[in-house]
Amino acid sequence: MKDLLNGWGPTAAVFLPLVGVAVMLAIPKSEETLHKVVALATSLAVFVVGVGMLAEFDYDKTAEMQFFVNKTWIEMINSRYIVGIDGISLPLIALTVFVVPLVIIYSWNHFPEPHNPKAFLILILVLETGMVGTFVAQDLLLFFVFFELVLLPMYFMIGVYGGEDRKYASLKFFLYTAFGSALMIVAILATYFLSPKVNVGGEMMHTFSMIELSKWGGAGLAKGTAVLIFGGFFMGFGIKVPMFPFHTWLPDAHTQAPTQGSVILAAVLLKLGTYGFVRIAIPILPVAAVEWAPVIGALAVIGIIYGALGCLAQTDMKRLIAFSSVAHMGYVMLGIATLTPFGTNAAIFGMVAHGLITGMLFFLAGTVKDRYHTLEIKRLGGLLLQAPRMGWLLAFSCMASLGLPGLAGFWGEFPAILSAYEPAEGLSVPLFRFFMVVAAIGTVFAAGYLLWLLQRVAFGTPTEEFEGKHIHDMHLTDYLAWSPMVALIVILGVYPNLLFKITDGAVVHSLSQIAGG
Amino acid sequence: MLATLLAAGSGFVRPAIDWHALAPEVILVITIAVALLVDVSTDDGSRWTVSSVAGIGLLAAMVPILTLAADDSSRVMFGGAYVVDDFALVLKGLFLVAGYLTILLSSTTIAEGDYHEGEYYLLLVSSVLGMTFMASARDLISIFVALEMLSIPAYLLASWRKRTQTGIEAGMKYYLMGVFATAVMLYGMSLIYGGTGSTLLADVGQSVAGSFGDKPVAVIGIVFTLVGFAFKISAVPFHHWAPDTYEGAPTPITAFLSVASKSAGFVAILQLVFIGFYGRTDTVRPLIFVLAVLTMTVGNVIALRQTNIVRLFAYSSVAQAGFILAPLAVVGSGGTDVADKILSSVVLYLVVYTVMNLGAFGVIITVSRRLRSGEIADWAGLFTYAPGLAVAMGAFLFGLGGIPPAAGWFAKFQLFNAVVSAGTPAAYAMGVVMAVNSVLSLAYYLGVMRTMFMDDVPDGDLTPVRVPVPLGAAVGLALVATLVIGVVPSVVADMADGATFAFLPGR
Repeated sequence: MKDLLNGWGPTAAVFLPLVGVAVMLAIPKSEETLHKVVALATSLAVFVVGVGMLAEFDYDKTAEMQFFVNKTWIEMINSRYIVGIDGISLPLIALTVFVVPLVIIYSWNHFPEPHNPKAFLILILVLETGMVGTFVAQDLLLFFVFFELVLLPMYFMIGVYGGEDRKYASLKFFLYTAFGSALMIVAILATYFLSPKVNVGGEMMHTFSMIELSKWGGAGLAKGTAVLIFGGFFMGFGIKVPMFPFHTWLPDAHTQAPTQGSVILAAVLLKLGTYGFVRIAIPILPVAAVEWAPVIGALAVIGIIYGALGCLAQTDMKRLIAFSSVAHMGYVMLGIATLTPFGTNAAIFGMVAHGLITGMLFFLAGTVKDRYHTLEIKRLGGLLLQAPRMGWLLAFSCMASLGLPGLAGFWGEFPAILSAYEPAEGLSVPLFRFFMVVAAIGTVFAAGYLLWLLQRVAFGTPTEEFEGKHIHDMHLTDYLAWSPMVALIVILGVYPNLLFKITDGAVVHSLSQIAGG
Repeated sequence: MLATLLAAGSGFVRPAIDWHALAPEVILVITIAVALLVDVSTDDGSRWTVSSVAGIGLLAAMVPILTLAADDSSRVMFGGAYVVDDFALVLKGLFLVAGYLTILLSSTTIAEGDYHEGEYYLLLVSSVLGMTFMASARDLISIFVALEMLSIPAYLLASWRKRTQTGIEAGMKYYLMGVFATAVMLYGMSLIYGGTGSTLLADVGQSVAGSFGDKPVAVIGIVFTLVGFAFKISAVPFHHWAPDTYEGAPTPITAFLSVASKSAGFVAILQLVFIGFYGRTDTVRPLIFVLAVLTMTVGNVIALRQTNIVRLFAYSSVAQAGFILAPLAVVGSGGTDVADKILSSVVLYLVVYTVMNLGAFGVIITVSRRLRSGEIADWAGLFTYAPGLAVAMGAFLFGLGGIPPAAGWFAKFQLFNAVVSAGTPAAYAMGVVMAVNSVLSLAYYLGVMRTMFMDDVPDGDLTPVRVPVPLGAAVGLALVATLVIGVVPSVVADMADGATFAFLPGR
């Protein structure tokens, strides 16, 4: 088992979904149940591989790449098929393989219009390949391919299965991200050419290997050049996160996407950007990172406040949750901007927690939409009376989201704020303390908008419109899809060390060039 | 009088001819002859045989290309005017494949259109023959002859729909613009010949690197010659013929012009720049920099507003030409490895672009047969009644836009790679311009995607699209190639990397 996983674990997790896609392509469109079964089985198989890797992962050496594979891919430019998992990617891979089956279960009887389970499930599986691939790739070009691959299924998911403005939203989503990626490719190439050559089978060639490039860490690179290259990465990842002022695609995409799309978008896709900062931009260009950190920190806290204020102005439940994502990703970016192991650990925790909690909120919003056929907050009310279980779950998720201690959200938010108290060497302490204060004020806003949402949607009595109407509470598929998420939110909240233990070693390693001065 | 002529010719010695090296061209000539005989000896009902003969001839010409490639030595003929090296072989193979796919695309349209079927294929193969000459031409005269040989049949083919106004316009515009461009080019060539005393590119290269290169007239000669080919590849501001010609010509010919004819123009530019003008890259660089930036940007911006699918592809192919020009805008800055990268990236992009664009035109031809219209709006909801074609078109469009896993991403990446490797501020500026333009191009490719996948079918007509076998084969081949190249780029990247000139002066 161990040997098999060592050679094939990440590869299997990446490409198994495509095997499922191939099978589904061979099955006629009308066999809907069969399609659902194949898709679920595939995603569960990937989940099993993921669990296997979690079990076999050596938790004493989280800083090292495990399940490491390094094979020839495009020889002429020395781009290689390098995959591996360390403490930074492991939690995110686990999150991905965990969320996808739940989304498929949730979909079982909730396929959005135009009802076409075959195409819809194929999109989800292709998406899974892209997401897992991004997290395991250790070669810049391979990473880029997977990073881009994610765009396609999401574009179709929003554009075909979305709400009224779906065409506009999907185009905006695609073009924003593609713009970032296009600048990122220039940055990747600049890194490639300006880094020293390595020995490949006797020949000296430039390399795309993130491991080699992180070891190099921009040594000997002129500061101005490094800052410009970092700017390219910043555009690529910052748009994906999304950071203020590049966030405007997010509310549209989230609001128009079908529930499943929103969940995956919130749970995993946004993390590709933050992961990129932690994995690529900062370790490879630590000097430039120090220069950029104040800017990132500033944009992060602006995002926190702006997102929160945006939330208060929303009349649509889904749009409100989308804006809350902007705010939450602000905390994650603030943690990253401190360039300290403490902050980065918090950021990774924040990514996972946000994935679970906001994913859960989008599930609930989707179900509300399904039952009430509207998400307009002022038309809703009294959810606790009409569908008490959903109401309580909404209360639970809002509490988790606003960072109630004892639930997962707290451990993403609180340490991130705290880490800004003492940023890495070379960063302005007063500035980051100011950021800290602003971010702390943001938590008050967060409590404000989430409780206000809860109050208007769940409390009180149903509006006249829905009074006396029968609102179906949770279905079996809802129980199956949501209970693991709720459980995990609680477990991580009670015992956060579960995650910090995994990430810490890898984070310290990735920041070694900054901490070491 | 005959006696004097004979006397004058008595000193003539037949140059040594390497028949193996000429075998692809010889096979094409034989194909043309056989096709002509078949055409005159069959009645109207069985004219389709001509297309088969032409197709088989093109495939047969691939055989000596493969044996020559296996042979692995460059062959030089006619005092260096005709060279069969790795570069020539790769491009000849590309032209033959493009010609073959064009025949697949054509057979249904031409058979149903009641056009002169026999002549059509003769001219097509003649044009391909001219292109194979072009790939080997290393002399100003042979480049000119090859250019005329590939262009004149193309002028005729472009005006094939002679009963329609647009058809006539297509041919006329293409012809007049082409002739004008040729005149400009010949003037440039004459200046170069006057200054260097030789038409051989290798000699020109040495003179340009030497004393002649310092004279102002060299700059004029170089610029005029390159501008002549800028028309051929439809670079802005010499692109005005392209949209009308593309729209008026039969769609398979549009496909052919947009890939093969354009590639032939690029082949000539590569030969001129790398062999002839390498000593004056300081002249070539700014010229191509401006051309490339204009071509990309103007092509993309105008494409955004198109409502006709063929016109959209016309402007898209203008923009693509700008992308292919981009690496040449840094030629000569940075060492020889940068020059090698530029050459290999352009060749790779030509190969990949040919496959994707022909595939896309295959879908356009197939779908237009049912829709009887070229308006993009009529493509609405294609996915609901022809999912296979819609997905194939999606793959080609994403490929052209450079989104993995369709083939275009790696080719486009290599263009970036070549540009950035030069490392100059101009190179990085070009990189950013290319990045912005990639996004612009995605905007209209996605517009077509949106129509196909997200819009509702107009008037609810769900009749499936009938796919004739040759069209299906062409689309299928292109689709498989697009996906395979996208996942394992090495299959063509190594080939393109090996497509080097046998002899480069000035290095």
